[in-house]
Amino acid sequence: MSIEARLRHNFGAFTLDVSFCVERPGITALFGPSGAGKTTTINALAGLFRPREGRIVLDDRVVLDTQRSIFVPPRKRRVGYVFQDARLFPHMSVLDNLRFGLRRTAGANAAEFSEIVAMLDLESLFSRKPAKLSGGERGRVAIGRALLADPSLLLLDEPLAALDAARREEILPYLESLRDRARIPMFYVTHSVEDMARLADDVIILNAGRVTRQGRVFDLLSDLEFSQMTGMAPYGAVIRVHVAEQRTSDGLTMLAFEGGYLAVPRLERNVGATLRIRVRAEDILLAREVPSAISANNILPATVAAIRRPDDMHADVQLACGGIRLVARITQYSLSRLQIVPGLPVFAIIKSVTIDPRVGTTTTQQD
Amino acid sequence: MLTSAESQALILSLEVSLAGVLGALPIALLFGILLARWRSATRAVAEGFLSLPLVLPPVVVGYLLLITFGSREPLGGWLLAHLGLRLAFTWKGAALACGLITFPFQLRAIRLSLEGIDGRLLEAAETLGARAFDRFLNVTLPLALPGIISGAITAFSAALGEFGAIITFVSNIPGETQTLPLAIYSAIQQPGGEVEAAKLSGLSILLALAGIMFAQSADRRARALLHT
Repeated sequence: MSIEARLRHNFGAFTLDVSFCVERPGITALFGPSGAGKTTTINALAGLFRPREGRIVLDDRVVLDTQRSIFVPPRKRRVGYVFQDARLFPHMSVLDNLRFGLRRTAGANAAEFSEIVAMLDLESLFSRKPAKLSGGERGRVAIGRALLADPSLLLLDEPLAALDAARREEILPYLESLRDRARIPMFYVTHSVEDMARLADDVIILNAGRVTRQGRVFDLLSDLEFSQMTGMAPYGAVIRVHVAEQRTSDGLTMLAFEGGYLAVPRLERNVGATLRIRVRAEDILLAREVPSAISANNILPATVAAIRRPDDMHADVQLACGGIRLVARITQYSLSRLQIVPGLPVFAIIKSVTIDPRVGTTTTQQD
Repeated sequence: MLTSAESQALILSLEVSLAGVLGALPIALLFGILLARWRSATRAVAEGFLSLPLVLPPVVVGYLLLITFGSREPLGGWLLAHLGLRLAFTWKGAALACGLITFPFQLRAIRLSLEGIDGRLLEAAETLGARAFDRFLNVTLPLALPGIISGAITAFSAALGEFGAIITFVSNIPGETQTLPLAIYSAIQQPGGEVEAAKLSGLSILLALAGIMFAQSADRRARALLHT
């Protein structure tokens, strides 16, 4: 399960020149602003775009090698593509759409068919025509149709971009379960940090036709360089945790992460469930000593890893805390007052109520 | 209501038009596909040439057919000798004239519907493993079908009114080539034929109206097929 790609193409003023390698199943976000070359890159992987120079190897199959004049056409690549506009066949029922790829490729077997249909909740839509589906339903059918052709690589081109917040929430859980059950690598094109934080395992950042970074999503979001690159305030750390204990009498849920525990107001999740949480940079207090008599429930020992001053008021402090990295945003006044320098041991104080278990959620909180 | 001669003219009109339009359909489809794919400047020239039957005087079309398919002409003689197919002065010739004159209607409708197909759907089909012919048969053609059908119905309605090319090529033979317009013409030529001419003209008007309504309902149904 690997994808190796090297592409080069000149479009007048714009040059696409990317090269990357992905070794494991899961979602790799192709992240970057509009016009960075994200869609062109996945079109090249699918064979819908033929770059002037390049080489693409999918699972030891060379599907493009311009030096050796190898070009495998899209229909033989076994690359599933979920287009931004779904592109369902309007004259076919949902079931016929789903079967389209299935019938033309080795395709999914009966058990896999039922599994995919169940995972995406498609059965009740079978007899409908695409025109009678909501945006979210269309997206789900498009994902199902691509998966049923049993691809060895799945490409998703901003499947949420055209949807409003409510429709996004309708489809995001399906994308999460797709990621968590993935047996194949997926590329997910997006320009939204929210989508990336919620869905991606790995991230490739594209800018002006070039790969500027590649790494794990958790490392990237807590990387001070990343917020500099995006020109935004730090997104905050996204941490993968699992539910360790429900402290019912206290109304708390204990979440375990690599190197410690976080107490949060009770989450209705089973013990053992994994989830992503977000700790915003503005929500972390830094202390040189363990404070006593303080309402915050989470006091984590950490070491200052890096400091960045985005302007003349703020300081972003990256903290190494167990196996993870946190980012705290404080004032430069506090920074000098506490004499915080790289390597200094500190305590990161996080109020339980500020921890956000709804990574990537853009709707208002309901439950 | 209708005399047997009148109903004969009516049925013959329907038969001749239907045969002509259905015969021209595959050829229009073939050229429609070629034109829809043709991306060079010469396309306009080709399409102009193929549209000539619509703009030429029908009498000229009939004359050209006569000097091509007449039984003593090389091609007409060959067809008669080898296939036993006589076109001049037969209803088959009338159908050929109708099909040819209304060919540009069908061609244009087919080309426009094929060009209206979203190429992105074909890309999607390709990533799902469909070959070019498969994509054409299962995506392009069904989506173009409403346009193709309404083009054929328009051509059929126009064929019902064909006069010049038929009378020039296959003459005005009752029961063989005398379609409604020709029967009206003959009635007017006869002293006291005004009533008959009026009756047949009324019939033609009804037929034209029915054709338009049929075309509209077929189009609606075909489109509804995409959305239910």
